[in-house]
Amino acid sequence: MGSITLRNVSKVFGEAKVIPSIDLDINDGEFVVFVGPSGCGKSTLLRLIAGLEDVSGGDIIIDGQNATDAAPAKRGLAMVFQSYALYPHMSVRSNIAFPLKMAGIDKAEIDRKVADAARVLNLTDYLERKPRQLSGGQRQRVAIGRAIVRQPSAFLFDEPLSNLDAALRVNMRLEISELHQQLKTTMIYVTHDQVEAMTMADKIVVLNRGNIEQVGSPLDLYRKPANLFVAGFIGSPRMNLITGAYAEAKGGKTVGIRPEHIGLSKDAGTWEGTVTVAEHLGSDTFMHVDVPGVGLLAARAGGEFGVRHGDRVYLTPDESKLHRFDDKGLAL
Amino acid sequence: MARKVSTQRKLVMSAIAWTLGIVIFFPILWTFLTSFKTEGEAVATPPSLFFFHWTTENYAEVQSRSDYFLHFMNSVTISLGSTILGLLIAIPAAWAMAFAPTKRTKDVLMWMLSTKMMPPVGALIPIYLLFRDGGLLDTRIGLVSVLTLINLPIIVWMLYTYFKEIPGEILEAARMDGASLAKEIIYVLTPMAVPGIASTLLLNVILAWNEAFWTLNLTTSNAAPLTAFIASYSSPEGLFYAKLSAASTMAIAPILILGWFSQKQLVRGLTFGAVK
Repeated sequence: MGSITLRNVSKVFGEAKVIPSIDLDINDGEFVVFVGPSGCGKSTLLRLIAGLEDVSGGDIIIDGQNATDAAPAKRGLAMVFQSYALYPHMSVRSNIAFPLKMAGIDKAEIDRKVADAARVLNLTDYLERKPRQLSGGQRQRVAIGRAIVRQPSAFLFDEPLSNLDAALRVNMRLEISELHQQLKTTMIYVTHDQVEAMTMADKIVVLNRGNIEQVGSPLDLYRKPANLFVAGFIGSPRMNLITGAYAEAKGGKTVGIRPEHIGLSKDAGTWEGTVTVAEHLGSDTFMHVDVPGVGLLAARAGGEFGVRHGDRVYLTPDESKLHRFDDKGLAL
Repeated sequence: MARKVSTQRKLVMSAIAWTLGIVIFFPILWTFLTSFKTEGEAVATPPSLFFFHWTTENYAEVQSRSDYFLHFMNSVTISLGSTILGLLIAIPAAWAMAFAPTKRTKDVLMWMLSTKMMPPVGALIPIYLLFRDGGLLDTRIGLVSVLTLINLPIIVWMLYTYFKEIPGEILEAARMDGASLAKEIIYVLTPMAVPGIASTLLLNVILAWNEAFWTLNLTTSNAAPLTAFIASYSSPEGLFYAKLSAASTMAIAPILILGWFSQKQLVRGLTFGAVK
């Protein structure tokens, strides 16, 4: 079991209101990703759930029990830190065994559980090594091993992949997703990387300045962003946001259109513009087009669409994919 | 970036370094040599450096007059006892200052250091009276406690600096893993800080071993450490230079040997955190 409920949770550091007030329901077995720009309070929120920080107000309910004032270890949660936070003076075996030793479990049982975890994580050959003798990916797996042996009711991940290089990050992303499939335990994952959020999450929580902007499945957020912040944050390249005469004609203060929903032609279309930058990625070409009266728009074309800086192109938005926002930035 | 250095410059630099080294070491060498002279040769002018009648009679004399072993054991008990007691108090204190600081933590650290700036003699009368009324004069327990208090600021400061280098996330991980505060300090913090704790221990053993003000003023015979043993040979009358030298050599030899074998640890400890 691992359901977590936050009720009016707030956090104040001195004068700074890092989290004004948050309500959130996390169901058992869900993979929830907290995403947002740096300083949005996502790590603080995770540390409040972990119990490493005290809440300034509100309640944290874990599996129906009010855990607001419980010590971190009493909450039945395990955490994987950004820096891995392995115990440098202990072998891999002792690192993984540490939470079991603290729980006073007998030696034979500990050995069995450590061996199981090591097998799942491909660490069997490294059990006698010290953390400093391991690669980044192996250290990350030890940190995960230390979390899984306890069979926690939920896992908390604090930007666990940001210290790894790009290739390894893709691998570990898959490994964590697979682990979630196997264990079916609640996982809360903090990241600023929207690719991790989109690919791993059952449910994404978009945070901005300590407030929840929107909660939903990755595709919900992509298709129906609730406001301008989410519209601009989810999706790469960012959604084009257009104000002025065109927006008003379409019935909103601001309208948004994603780069992939703009048709491109060299002959005819709704808007005529000049290519300022063309990024050729092979499979795709991202173009930044300066359209007089509308602004600088990003558009996506196939890899074979050959254009260069200064070329004249025509853009046609797919009007069924337009997002309309009112003067407060909320979706209409 | 190697710089080119001329041979002449190297020679001059080496000569200066050797001169300085010998000047610093000379008093210890002179004490050592004097301890093998007769009392007459010890005060002879001009003094002879190596060409005298070598004798070990001073050592025999010192040993027969006073109980070197008793004073040696007192020194060991007092320096080790005060350092270990100090560490037991300072480890939790430094933990709190490094990992749970408040607005006033820096002020507390400065205040602790400021007590080392006061001349100790300023506190002699009250402490002497406390010792007299408490029956602590000339006891090992009394000296251990006073030296613990005197060196505590240095122990806390050194440990604080080492602990600051330990990432807080590792201690948070221990907390998540179910370690109580005591277990967090015993199983995670202390083993990670072993190099720092070791150099703190060594430095404070040396400081306590050499401490002469309180040990001389608060002891007479039973609890007197080697500092008092040396002082008992310092007399305004009579010929005691050679015997004083023999006593000094016997007193400083153990700590010199300890320092020699642990110099790597000491240097590492004193420059800890200076370079990444």
